Amino acid sequence: MLRYFIARIGQSLLLFVGVIFLVFGMVRMTGDPASLMMSRNATPAEVAAFREAMGFDRPISVQFVSWITKVLHGDLGDSLHFRSPALPLVLQRLPATVELAAFGLLIAILISLPIGLIGGSHPGSLLDSVGRFIALLGQSIPDFWLGLILILIFAQHLGWFPVFGNDQLSSVVLPGFVLGMPVMGELTRLTRSAVLEVRGEDYIRTAYSKGLNPSTIYVNHLLRNVTISLVSVIGVEFGYMLGGSIYIETIYAWPGMGQLLGQAVGWFDFTLVQAITIFVSLVVIALNLLTDLAYALLDPRIRHG
Amino acid sequence: MSEILQVKDLITRFYTVDGIVYALNGVSFELSEGETLAIVGESGSGKSVSMMSIVGLIPSPPGRIEGGQALFHGSQGTSDLLRLSTKELNDVRGGQIGFVFQDPQTSLNPVLTIGRQIAETLTRHLGLNGKQARARGVELLAEVGIPDPHLRYDNYPFEFSGGMRQRVMIAIAVACRPQIVIADEPTTALDVTIQAQVVDLFKRLQDKLGIAVIWITHDLGVVAGLADRVLVYYGGRVVETAKVDDLYEHPLHPYTLGLLKALPRLDMHESRRLVSIEGTPPDLLTPLQQCPFAWRCNHVFERCWHEIPPLYQVGVVHQSACFYDLEKEEIRDA
Amino acid sequence: MDKALSIRPDDNLLSKERTLKNQLGYIGGLLWRDRSGVIGMLIFLSVVFAALFAPFITKYDPLAVDFEHSKLPPAWQQGGNFEHLLGTDDLGRDMFSRIIYSARVSLFVSFIGALIASILGVGLGLIAGYVGGRMDAIIMAPVNLVLSLPYLLFVVFIATVLGRSLLNVILIFGITNSPIFARLTRGEVLRIRESAYVESAVSAGARFWRILLIHILPNLIGPLITLATFQVSAMIFYEAGLGFIGLSVPPSVPSWGNMLADGRSYLSSYPWLTTFPGLAIVYTSLGMNLLGDWLRDVFDPKLRRSRR
Repeated sequence: MLRYFIARIGQSLLLFVGVIFLVFGMVRMTGDPASLMMSRNATPAEVAAFREAMGFDRPISVQFVSWITKVLHGDLGDSLHFRSPALPLVLQRLPATVELAAFGLLIAILISLPIGLIGGSHPGSLLDSVGRFIALLGQSIPDFWLGLILILIFAQHLGWFPVFGNDQLSSVVLPGFVLGMPVMGELTRLTRSAVLEVRGEDYIRTAYSKGLNPSTIYVNHLLRNVTISLVSVIGVEFGYMLGGSIYIETIYAWPGMGQLLGQAVGWFDFTLVQAITIFVSLVVIALNLLTDLAYALLDPRIRHG
Repeated sequence: MSEILQVKDLITRFYTVDGIVYALNGVSFELSEGETLAIVGESGSGKSVSMMSIVGLIPSPPGRIEGGQALFHGSQGTSDLLRLSTKELNDVRGGQIGFVFQDPQTSLNPVLTIGRQIAETLTRHLGLNGKQARARGVELLAEVGIPDPHLRYDNYPFEFSGGMRQRVMIAIAVACRPQIVIADEPTTALDVTIQAQVVDLFKRLQDKLGIAVIWITHDLGVVAGLADRVLVYYGGRVVETAKVDDLYEHPLHPYTLGLLKALPRLDMHESRRLVSIEGTPPDLLTPLQQCPFAWRCNHVFERCWHEIPPLYQVGVVHQSACFYDLEKEEIRDA
Repeated sequence: MDKALSIRPDDNLLSKERTLKNQLGYIGGLLWRDRSGVIGMLIFLSVVFAALFAPFITKYDPLAVDFEHSKLPPAWQQGGNFEHLLGTDDLGRDMFSRIIYSARVSLFVSFIGALIASILGVGLGLIAGYVGGRMDAIIMAPVNLVLSLPYLLFVVFIATVLGRSLLNVILIFGITNSPIFARLTRGEVLRIRESAYVESAVSAGARFWRILLIHILPNLIGPLITLATFQVSAMIFYEAGLGFIGLSVPPSVPSWGNMLADGRSYLSSYPWLTTFPGLAIVYTSLGMNLLGDWLRDVFDPKLRRSRR
């Protein structure tokens, strides 16, 4: 298993480099990164001066090396809007986004797992059809729109939750729910199909042939195997939520990385947008790595192979 | 020898989107204590379905058992397995009737140790606690010929070869000293050499424990070395039953004859071609009012198309469901 | 034989009469499978129809500003009238026509985007899968990279870099979604390449193109169409989302995303500005997803036998 660990870590490092390369390449691709990074009102002279100061006139390979070195030291450039290093600004927002994503994931799991389990155990039943319809709905409703509608209904008309901000305990409920909704849909489907698949496996028949109690079979064989196969998905979904919170955070004024991203786009603060992109990508890569390692620990075939 | 299992007129159907599958159309047979009964037939002839029906291992939404009796004269008394409650049936499964399935690769849960999977049944039926179960489990592994059982007890299925895994399955099957072991094509997925080993293991265990074995297979070659009696299935019915020697020397049903002719034999002349039975098996989607083998039979005549032949008693233990007497080469006048 | 076992509802092996509940559930299941696909198809066709025949469906110019009649609520609410069925926005533009015309942008972007993604992706996947070796590694490295990144984030990033325009949006979607097609294609090619009948075709001397056309492509079409359907649905979402933060088509072009962005500041005062574009997205998306699910069932080789 050690070999597997090392291979995966190595793979993640490569991905990391790939991301840097991608971002680097995309910016340079426009031909003139300097004008991207400067505000729209800058004069050509200012832009030229900036270009020289940033070293955009140097050969590409030299630029790349210096760029990677800077990134590895945590220097992701300076925010144009705040005129201060970008990375600390992003890091400051990290906890809020993690909190939101964690809550959303929790809600998603709590709702989708039971529905998926029941649906998979009794396919074709009324409950199953209802569950699948809800899952479908969850995947067909745009989260930014739902966010707005829920504000309208629950915050403004009913007054159950605060409209924006994160100062109260209950503030996390609406945005968390909305963020977790697409995950809910996906997770319900996957749980359901995992249950169906496991139920059809021969070892379940063997378990029945041993005369074990149905509940024992359900827990020790069905649930165990189903949850193992869901672990990797859950990890990936968490990463998806971390990276896709821009709309929700903007709508609910939740002070996380997503809100910062939305603002940065509005300010044309290109460096900040870039910094957020790189940072969140790295977090997601790290998360995927952790998920894979956790899965390896759970599945004995990988553990001992 | 007394009988421990009597099955009468078993009828099982599957309600599928393509229509009703008449899988079993009145199957009857007996099993005596300590006997080895082989069940042969093509895929879809009903051999597995009949055994699984008796113990309720038929998937319930499409499948339904619609008639018949399965009298089990177990150590706890006699009961009709088809009329037991789920709880009672669970006591029988694993405890008094053990199972070995075809594919050892997929029949064991890949994420649990095999020791755990053996212990499950010991705990359930014999009430052993953790330590006792482990000790007994190691003994069982030794009994089926797994080397270093102490170490192997904590291994996972993927750490065993196919033959070893099947031995583990057998250990699970006999763990609670059942009276019957039902083996559904246990050697089909194994190499020929391993096949022989598994067959030997079965024989050994049978001698030692006195269990009756029902061995389902489509391979007539395996049957010869193993069985006391044979049931031949076709189209969801038993079409012939006999002692194994009688079956091979005096087959009385045209289908059985066809099966035997299709077997390559060492004493065969090299230039003789293998004879296969023309035609295809019935699709079981229509309830038949005639002999299911009529379309492929070389001896078919008028009556075969209008009636289903019952099982005629043609010897002490020998029965054949055919209107034609192969030995005397004439139509039966029953 | 189906090996799925259920926890038996009956307490006894001999079955009882089929209960009404069981039968309802069974029929519901069938309906769900077959009818839902039809519904999805109908929804999809209605959206296409609306996009194509927009000028015939509504008489208003979606761009026509009319301050006199601005901020009118939908017809059935107080203050509304049937001239403007779904009300008007803050600039007096008719909501209904804006929504209908927006379908054009959404469908255009997602169709062309999916087209580009599929052509590019299938091409890459074919080469990677068939040629294998070094080529495979070279192609799949960036493909896997893109697939493992948070998609939305990168789309926002690229859109920021390139600026807002219809062409940019299409290009972004087309290129960033090609990896999914590439991976699917490559998987299919590898699977088929290993299969026995291709081996026999090759050993019989068949040429590359022949194998490609006769063996590989027919097996690809099913999963491809299914994937493309889901991709179109996803792109409609993404376009709307980008529009919401002002990175999609220019604000003068009517699109659902832009409409949502416009309506956001009037959420509590004029909620219909937000409700209806969103409902339009939900409607379209639901249809595409139903269609995609149905297509997936239809093309699934395991289920094929049971379908009529």
